[in-house]
Amino acid sequence: MRKVIRKLFWAWDFDKEEKWLNEMASKGLALCAVGFCRYEFEQCKPGEYAVCLQMLENKPQHAESEKYIEFVEETGAEHVGSYLTWVYFRKKKEDGPFELLSDYASRIKHLSRIMKLLGVIGVFNLMAGCYNLFLYGIWGHAISLLGMINIVLAAFLGYGIYRLWKKCEKLKKEQQVFE
Amino acid sequence: MPGAALTEAVYYILLSLIEPMHGYGIMQNVERLSTGRVRLAAGTLYGAISTLLEKGWITALDGDSDSRKKEYQITPRGKEMLLGEISRLQELLQNGRAIMKEDAK
Repeated sequence: MRKVIRKLFWAWDFDKEEKWLNEMASKGLALCAVGFCRYEFEQCKPGEYAVCLQMLENKPQHAESEKYIEFVEETGAEHVGSYLTWVYFRKKKEDGPFELLSDYASRIKHLSRIMKLLGVIGVFNLMAGCYNLFLYGIWGHAISLLGMINIVLAAFLGYGIYRLWKKCEKLKKEQQVFE
Repeated sequence: MPGAALTEAVYYILLSLIEPMHGYGIMQNVERLSTGRVRLAAGTLYGAISTLLEKGWITALDGDSDSRKKEYQITPRGKEMLLGEISRLQELLQNGRAIMKEDAK
């Protein structure tokens, strides 16, 4: 029997998302499909699977991503689904520990990739916000409300980037000493 | 940077690819060589393989038709880098042992 849970995780909380998916797996619910704020689970033996997720450079249908997904699958993992550029894998725990990134350099690269994307969307919203606000005057026009929404969204993304940046700095500090 | 250290992952990948091997084979081989200490995750390994292919230190072999998995092998340039790294490690080890004498055997 399948179970659908609707839940929202921000992109900068992907590690919390992964932790939650692993907790579900340890309770006997293995992830089997994903969508927008939507997680579909099937029953498994408690602790049968470990789950990992990652944001790729391109969409999952892109040739580069397909090559990557195939490579990960060859190591014994199962691609359970994708949402935007995020891919989700699960692997039987009896086949050993499951991680997608095992060194500081590749973890930092992954965080930078998420920051870059959020940055692009953030800057776009900031510019659209300024344009909408100043072109139509600060008050008295519906477009200026849209402008304010753009600015608030940009600020929120800025907060997300800050959170990721903090994670990144922590890893970079470790990288000064360890590999 | 001339004389720069290779990462542990790159060192063990190059060492594994003295024999032709596919991705999962490299992961298992590195784990075996390091008696379980070094576990390369698939994403990290994939990134390292792409970079090494780009640098020409390893090459992808034309897989036979019944095997989907791509095999890789070290190139002469890769062997050169590996030998350079071995002498660098030798230096580190010699200095460490000479200075720490009794403590580090």
